[in-house]
Amino acid sequence: MNYLIGAFKPPCKVSITFADGRTRKQASIKKENGQTALVPLFQSQENIVGEVAIEPAQGKKVEHNGVKIELLGQIELYFDRGNFYDFTSLVRELDVPGEIYERKTYPFEFSTVEMPYESYNGVNVRLRYILKVTISRNYVGNIMEYQDIWVRNYTPLPSINNSIKMEVGIEDCLHIEFEYGKSKFHLKDVIVGKIYFLLVRIKIKNMELEIRRRESTGSGPNTYVETETLAKFELMDGAPVRGESIPIRLFLSPYELTPTYRNINNKFSVKYYLNLVLVDEEDRRYFKQQEITVYRLLETF
Amino acid sequence: MTMISESIEDEDKWLAEGIAGLQHNAFYMHRALDSNNLRDALKYSAQMLSELRTSRLTPHKYYELYMRAFDELRKLEMFFKEETKRGCSIIDLYELVQHAGNILPRLYLLCTVGSVYIKSKEAPAKDVLKDLVEMCRGIQHPVRGLFLRSYLSQISRDKLPDIGSEYEGDADTVMDAVEFELQNFTEMNKLWVRMQHQGPAREKEKREKERNELRDLVGKNLHVLSQIEGVDLEMYKETVLPRVLEQVVNCKDELAQYYLMDCIIQVFPDEYHLQTLETLLGACPQLQPTVDIKTVLSQLMERLSNYAASSAEVLPEFLQVEAFSKLSNAIGKVIEAQVDMPVVGAITLYVSLLTFTLRVHSDRLDYVDQVLGACVKKLTGKPKLGDNKATKQIMALLSAPLEKYNDIVTALNLSNYPRVMDYLDDGTNKVMAVVIIQSIMKNTTCISTADKVEALFELIKGLIRDLDGTPVDVLDEEDFKEEQNSVARLIHMLYNEDPEEMLKIICTVRKHILQGGPKRLPFTVPPLIFSALKLVRRLQGQEGDVVGEEMAVTPKKIFQLLHQTIEALSIVPSSELALRLYLQCAEAANDCDLEPVTYEFFTQAFILYEEEIADSKAQVTAIHLIIGTLQRMGIFGVENRDTLTHKATGYSAKLLKKPDQCKAVYACAHLFWVDDQDGVKDGERVLLCLKRALRIANAAQQMANVTRGSSGPVTLFVEILNKYLYFFEKGNPQITSSVIQGLIELITTEMQSDNTVSDPSADAFFGSTLRYIQFQKQKGGAMGEKYEPIKV
Repeated sequence: MNYLIGAFKPPCKVSITFADGRTRKQASIKKENGQTALVPLFQSQENIVGEVAIEPAQGKKVEHNGVKIELLGQIELYFDRGNFYDFTSLVRELDVPGEIYERKTYPFEFSTVEMPYESYNGVNVRLRYILKVTISRNYVGNIMEYQDIWVRNYTPLPSINNSIKMEVGIEDCLHIEFEYGKSKFHLKDVIVGKIYFLLVRIKIKNMELEIRRRESTGSGPNTYVETETLAKFELMDGAPVRGESIPIRLFLSPYELTPTYRNINNKFSVKYYLNLVLVDEEDRRYFKQQEITVYRLLETF
Repeated sequence: MTMISESIEDEDKWLAEGIAGLQHNAFYMHRALDSNNLRDALKYSAQMLSELRTSRLTPHKYYELYMRAFDELRKLEMFFKEETKRGCSIIDLYELVQHAGNILPRLYLLCTVGSVYIKSKEAPAKDVLKDLVEMCRGIQHPVRGLFLRSYLSQISRDKLPDIGSEYEGDADTVMDAVEFELQNFTEMNKLWVRMQHQGPAREKEKREKERNELRDLVGKNLHVLSQIEGVDLEMYKETVLPRVLEQVVNCKDELAQYYLMDCIIQVFPDEYHLQTLETLLGACPQLQPTVDIKTVLSQLMERLSNYAASSAEVLPEFLQVEAFSKLSNAIGKVIEAQVDMPVVGAITLYVSLLTFTLRVHSDRLDYVDQVLGACVKKLTGKPKLGDNKATKQIMALLSAPLEKYNDIVTALNLSNYPRVMDYLDDGTNKVMAVVIIQSIMKNTTCISTADKVEALFELIKGLIRDLDGTPVDVLDEEDFKEEQNSVARLIHMLYNEDPEEMLKIICTVRKHILQGGPKRLPFTVPPLIFSALKLVRRLQGQEGDVVGEEMAVTPKKIFQLLHQTIEALSIVPSSELALRLYLQCAEAANDCDLEPVTYEFFTQAFILYEEEIADSKAQVTAIHLIIGTLQRMGIFGVENRDTLTHKATGYSAKLLKKPDQCKAVYACAHLFWVDDQDGVKDGERVLLCLKRALRIANAAQQMANVTRGSSGPVTLFVEILNKYLYFFEKGNPQITSSVIQGLIELITTEMQSDNTVSDPSADAFFGSTLRYIQFQKQKGGAMGEKYEPIKV
């Protein structure tokens, strides 16, 4: 039996380590199985430097046609499972064909790598970056090892950030004016605003603000849209009268938001909306949805 | 009934459920607190507070739930405080609690952390407070909002950036404290007012009751405002009052307006009210027409009067701010604005104003009159008051000056006083008149000029004469007597030293009382007569002093007046009384040496006797009065005297009953023997009278014999014997001891006669008389000698 098992065991152990592995930040990522894992965090234009170690199993040698490492940026659409669209692919050859008898390390470096898109785990789509080491072999399958990295890209404060202000209503029934102080929010931002009641003829029970994420994948007729409500935040309890002004203060930090992604590689978009909902005593809902832009703020200390 | 009880049961059940839910989560919250688990503490406290989101409880029950939550929040607050000591940033905590999805728990938590935040002084108190009061806008449900804001008020009370407070900031933070309280007040009031529109219309009454239970939550804010050290007069005047009033006026809600106006008046210092009177009063006419402003204003005036009474030093302030005219104006405007206000309301307001005036400006009669005048103006064009309450208020209005000044004379200067009285119904008018008289009597006020008397009688005219349309016959006899007696007493209080003025007074009174009609005259004429006679006596005393001066007032003049007055009485007819009064006058005229006048009075008396007095008993009384009076008249010449005595004797003998005849006739004997120096002493005619009396007595005996078969008692004889003895002693030469002796024997014989019924009292009388004779005999001296011959 031992023999047999030995036959299927990988002939060597491949590991990828980063030069700054100890100090580099890690992102906590929820995996498909629900567990969280820590993944090294990068941003675009960074150097990805490290080394690959190949350690043949005890007393074995690895015969190969070359060793390479690739940095891949992939988009995976779940309805099209198994198909990956690589939008980035960089290769470094690590070794010429030969044989490895004992542990051998190969430093690698991808300098100022362009990683325009952020890593993303959505409902219908996944965008990920991986380092892939391939030991090419004849006759038997290549030996491959993957290392996920997580990419987040930071944006400076937008120079223009208009408020959202709008008057909406149902004729002779309800007129409100709402205002959100900004239209672009960073992930730890606070939505501040107010709702001003111009006319109230219905018996309102309460009012809440929802944060909704709309993920659309594919294009044309094959567009899939998935909407999630990430937050339901009660703004008001009871029925206001004309002239009341209700404050809004919603902290975004408790919610798992991502920045807004617009038309990522023509494959998908993730957009965020604020949905203001008024509920009357008969549980009828009156709402108005406004898109907001979410971005990842470049922290400047 | 069952529906109600069911709903109560339901409510108890819901409350129990609420408490259970609250306790359940509080338990886990405690565990989290004990293990310093902030995340769980927040989670369970939010869940606990979610119980307060219920809409099913009445405010009363909701309060119970709230109080439990309140206690739990105190523990949480302690925990937050410790948490910050352990290194958790208060700013983070302040954010963290705002992650709660439900607004009500979120805001309770925010207030709780806010309290810790302020204490930490990591941010200025004013900023935190401003944020809290602003965020609380999210609760628009009236009951939940009121309780939440009440909580905010509670936790912030000791943390306001007031002057001298440890939370006082750099500059002008008092203003922030005030702004905070004002805002919380405004919002709470809005919620409170709005409560009435929640739910079905048919439960409105119940809702109003519930709403009333919550009023102190709103009022508490005003109380806190009044406690803020930095709210000085300036700030009160410029900021606090205008803002509060703005809210009060704009809320357009009866219940709230009434309560809050009252609250303002009660919680802020009187001095402030005085200095902001115009603003405060200016709000009154803007209130809803149904608001009970009269009570509000009454309270205000009551407080101001107390304030005025508290120290003499504050009085100038009242003058300086023209408190009276401001109040007066305001009341006018309120009455004008509240078209539907019942008359009683308006009058009540005037009563309050009057009370205020009397207490604060007691020296300003013009103010008092002004108030009464305003009241008249309000009543003008309205019929007399049928409304009991309004009548009572008018009574109060009219009584107040009397009580204050204890002097009707002051009230008589009030030109509007009688005009107000005119609006009372007749019955009440009388009652008021009696009150006025009682006040005069109690204070023994002397009314000393004819003008005042005129005014007074105008006031009490309800008692003096029949007012138009009075149903005379429904009058209660007792009450009537009582009233008229009080008028009679009043007449004696009208007095002036100066005869001329006094005569004027008498004329005035006369003018009024002569309108009184037959029922009143018997009560009112006598006091007038005696009052006039008093004047006569006074003049009589002074006569010597005023010789040479032209006398405007002479007894003669007065007697003429009296004559006419009594005449009025005799027409009524009240002849017996008139007769007595004539005799009184005669006596006075006699003393004034006015023979013709005296004679005239007697003539009138006799005419009355002849023409009007038919009743035999009355005749007896009258003739004795005449005799008695006539006996004392020293003024008459022989002729007049003869005429009068002759008449008297003649009428005496013509009385119906023999015994009466007898008594009158022997009384007449005195007419001829006046026991003083210049008196008539006509012994013969005395004897004639006595003999005549004896004859009549005899006739009486015989008549008794005939009619009853037995003689009457000897009483008459004994009486005559006594008369004999009297004149005997006085030295009438016609009365001799032998005549007396004869009479004694006659009596003795009579007594022994079989026909005579013995009468113990007559026997005793005779016995006493004899003993008297015996006594005189034994006395010795001249009298003893005189009696000597008489044997008994």
